[in-house]
Amino acid sequence: MTQAPMLAVDALHRTYASGAGTLTVLRDVSFDLGRGESLAIVGPSGSGKTTLLGLCAGLDQPTSGEVTLDGTALSGLDQDALAVLRRDRVGFVFQSFRLLSTLTALENVMVPAELAGRRDARKAATELLAATGLGDRLDHHPGQLSGGEQQRVALARAFVNRPALLFADEPTGNLDGASAERVADLLFDLQSREGTTLVLVTHNDELAERTGRILRLKDGAVVSDESIAPSAPAVAAVHPAPR
Amino acid sequence: MSWITALFDGWAWRMAWRDSRHGRRRLVLYAASMTVGVAALVAIGSYGNNMRRAVASQAKTMVGADLRISGRHAFEPEVEAFLAAKVTEPHQAERADSVSFTSMVAFPHGDEVRLAQVRAVEAGFPFYGEVITDPPGGRALLHDAGASLPYALADPALLAQLGAERGDVLTVGSREYLVAASLISVPGESARLALFGPRIYLPRASLDPDLLARGSRVRHQAMFRLSNAAAVDLDALRDELNAELRPRRMGASTSQSTGEGWAESIDRMSGFLSLVSFVALLLGGLGVGSSMHVYARSKLDAVATLRCLGAPASRAFAVYLVQATALGLLVALMGALAGLGVQQLLPAVLADLLPVDVAVSVEGRAVAMGAGVGFVVALLFALLPLLAVRRVPPLRALRRAEQASGRDRLVAVLIGGLVLAVFGFAWMQTESWIVGLGFVLGVGIAYGVLILLATVVSGLLRRTVPRGLPYTWRQGLANLYRPHNQTRLLMVTLGLVTFLVLTLHLTEEALLQQVEFSDRNDRPNVVMFDIQSDQKQGLTELVKSLGLPIRQDVPMVNMRLASVRGVATEDMRNADENGRPRWALRREFRTTYRDHITDTETVVGGTFLEAAWDGNGPVPVSVEVGMAEELGVRLGDELVWNVQGVVIPSVVGSLREVDWRRVQTNFFVVFPPGVLEDAPQFHVLVTRADTPQAIGDLQRAVVGAYPNVSLIDVTLILSIADAILDRIAFVIRFMALFCIVAGVLVLFAAVVVTRTQRIEESVLLRTLGAVKSQVLTIMNVEYVMLGALATITGALLSLGAAWALTRFVLDTEFVASPWPLLVTLVTVCGLTWLVGRLHSRGIHTRPPLEILRAEG
Repeated sequence: MTQAPMLAVDALHRTYASGAGTLTVLRDVSFDLGRGESLAIVGPSGSGKTTLLGLCAGLDQPTSGEVTLDGTALSGLDQDALAVLRRDRVGFVFQSFRLLSTLTALENVMVPAELAGRRDARKAATELLAATGLGDRLDHHPGQLSGGEQQRVALARAFVNRPALLFADEPTGNLDGASAERVADLLFDLQSREGTTLVLVTHNDELAERTGRILRLKDGAVVSDESIAPSAPAVAAVHPAPR
Repeated sequence: MSWITALFDGWAWRMAWRDSRHGRRRLVLYAASMTVGVAALVAIGSYGNNMRRAVASQAKTMVGADLRISGRHAFEPEVEAFLAAKVTEPHQAERADSVSFTSMVAFPHGDEVRLAQVRAVEAGFPFYGEVITDPPGGRALLHDAGASLPYALADPALLAQLGAERGDVLTVGSREYLVAASLISVPGESARLALFGPRIYLPRASLDPDLLARGSRVRHQAMFRLSNAAAVDLDALRDELNAELRPRRMGASTSQSTGEGWAESIDRMSGFLSLVSFVALLLGGLGVGSSMHVYARSKLDAVATLRCLGAPASRAFAVYLVQATALGLLVALMGALAGLGVQQLLPAVLADLLPVDVAVSVEGRAVAMGAGVGFVVALLFALLPLLAVRRVPPLRALRRAEQASGRDRLVAVLIGGLVLAVFGFAWMQTESWIVGLGFVLGVGIAYGVLILLATVVSGLLRRTVPRGLPYTWRQGLANLYRPHNQTRLLMVTLGLVTFLVLTLHLTEEALLQQVEFSDRNDRPNVVMFDIQSDQKQGLTELVKSLGLPIRQDVPMVNMRLASVRGVATEDMRNADENGRPRWALRREFRTTYRDHITDTETVVGGTFLEAAWDGNGPVPVSVEVGMAEELGVRLGDELVWNVQGVVIPSVVGSLREVDWRRVQTNFFVVFPPGVLEDAPQFHVLVTRADTPQAIGDLQRAVVGAYPNVSLIDVTLILSIADAILDRIAFVIRFMALFCIVAGVLVLFAAVVVTRTQRIEESVLLRTLGAVKSQVLTIMNVEYVMLGALATITGALLSLGAAWALTRFVLDTEFVASPWPLLVTLVTVCGLTWLVGRLHSRGIHTRPPLEILRAEG
């Protein structure tokens, strides 16, 4: 028996009403992503990458089509149920870190665990921060940390609830070379260790190539869906895998 | 309302605490702007209860007796018999009589004369409470029969004015008295009474009978102490007595009814002062609302992140609901504490207005009430902008431009709640829903007009900035319109403060101008009244012998209305439905007779009879238009008069407008000659004396030759009017102070809220090469112009209000002197600049990056 995909995207359309008429941002995007797999969504600016990420995470609603996350169709959920789904099964890493400036590094990492009602929030957050090399910066506020350190805190926050699916939006986009390398290493290390499914939006080809598959978007449509084998990458069909 | 359940979630409280970490000082500052209003509410509420308690416990002291009977004439034998049968005998009551009137008091040794309120009392007065004198024991001396001269007690102000002291001799009428002591306080009399003229207390038995026989303004009183007072229903007794006494134009009052009357006055006064406090609270509320708006905007990204991390909207909102609740609690707590401090100051402001000693104590219920109102209003104002947090889309975490769409119905609900809260409070304070509604509308209109003026004034400035101005000036002016700036809020709050202060000043100025008008040029300034017919000739000669002119010689006849348009006034007074005020029907009319109108009168209807009455038909009288309206009569209507027993029918022959502002004899009703000449009457003579010396000479001559004649110096009236206005203005200024402090705190909060923006701009400018002086000039221009715009907004509104007040209420000419406007402009601009600069210090001296990191 075939295991259900962690993320199934089916014929996704997203249009916006604008002054000049209707603007189509995504058109007929479909793909599946299995558990523990990783996918990079790449494409030029304005190709619809972030819109697709938002729809996959239930942050936005498609004009048509369906997103199924870990067997749950998102269209049937209200905002609160979507929030709970994200809390329990999803992690996020943002380009601009999105740490809460008034909270310490430790408190930032604790937030998802506390939202989930975990009593061991502090312990889990402390351990994760130690694992990311920030064990001595627990009480520092974001303003007191470098960009690389802030993104490592964000990674710890993303993994604290051991999410089944992690969405990362340009996680190294705001970092210098060395910091970007270190954050990328940490991201893939945690992802493989936790068996987390990863959806990564990036402009960075090198980073994209560290995933198992690259989905290329142009003008809102998928132009290629490329699986990357460790030895010889093969170009897969643009159409989704049979379900 | 899942956010209400979320409020009980420990996470929300933990997050609220953590999230407030960098903003607690700001939250305290926001709270401070409302604290002032709460403090005023708590202080007024608590002191109001202190006053009510004092009045309730000292009611007997206020009257000085269980029962008091008073009237404008000596008690007739029937009245005495009635009182004996109803009061003295059945209740074994003790009695003490007194008379009070206005008379000239002379100090022979210094040749000084003053008009004073004379009280001649019998030994029992007062049965309750103490007459406090300096030195003590003055009251006992008052009835010391063994002294060579009878003793008197005099107001210290009078003694000071005349350079007199204890042991000096003063003259009232034809009798001399030794000053026994100065009068500190008398039960039932507030210090404000002294404003209307200094008081002299004399023994009743020693009084010159001529003063009573001839004087027309004597008030007679009988005071009773009932041996069984505790067992008597005093209100029932009062009503029973009044049924008999009212038709005789006398009245009975009891300690109970007097206490209740004062309690009502206190309710009205504290209701009014509470509403003023509430205006200060609302002013602070606007500041809180605006600051929280900026605060909420700064939190939108954090909320979007929380939503992404799995916090439902209700839980994210609960974090800020907790902060708003904490802000409300802080407002309530700080306000209550500050209010208890302010309460200690209130006796100095209000005590003179009360006839009792008020002990200051904390009134728990009033404190809780003030704090509760502060909490609710603060919560509502803070929540209004925070509601936006509920609707932050999580997608904003990925795309910053993402915003909630559609309207938030809860905003309308909350605004409705706020309006209801304001209405409910005003209703509760005034116990009238109409006044409550009026207050809501008044506040709404004032804010509406201020917002409109602020928009128009700032719009005009924006359009008229000359392009040739230096860059720093243009940038400073442009800063007034930066997004999320507090310009309009400050124009409204500072404008309201300017409006309050200026309107108060302009109105006061108009009032004083009105009374001073009477003292200009060669207008008559000395009025002598209570002149009997047989004294007129002699007094006229006396005045002329001093080189003074007789400007007016006016006969006066006292009469009452017997019927109006064929209906007896007695019947009308019993039936309330006739719509005429009781005072107009019951009052004693002082009328005159003459064949000409004066320069203060204008005939507006009918024909004024400029000849003697020919004896045919009813007498054509001239009625002042306002009185005609009160009585509901028109030209040709019948009025029947009772002139001390003689019935005189009349018709309204003409209607006159009278300029009452002029200090001279003016009348509601004027008869033609040929009717009242034989009626008992007295006269008023009016003259003009150019110097205080001439007035003093006239006073001494008159009091020496005609002790019953009272002389009024117009300058004295001016000083009394000035003193009364000063007293009222002081109370209002004290309350306006709360609005001013609230306004300044709102200014502080607004400057703090926009500090980050200002710093970023400053850093950018310095990075682009601006030197310190240029950055400072930009900031100075912005703050000074902000102050100027606020002053102009408030001044425009205040000029409009003061004009309307003087034109329609005071009915006088409105003249706005430019000085108060200029002083206000400089003060508000200076204050705004100072507060702005205080909060910008350090920005210009440190390196740009260091500032950004420190503020980060």
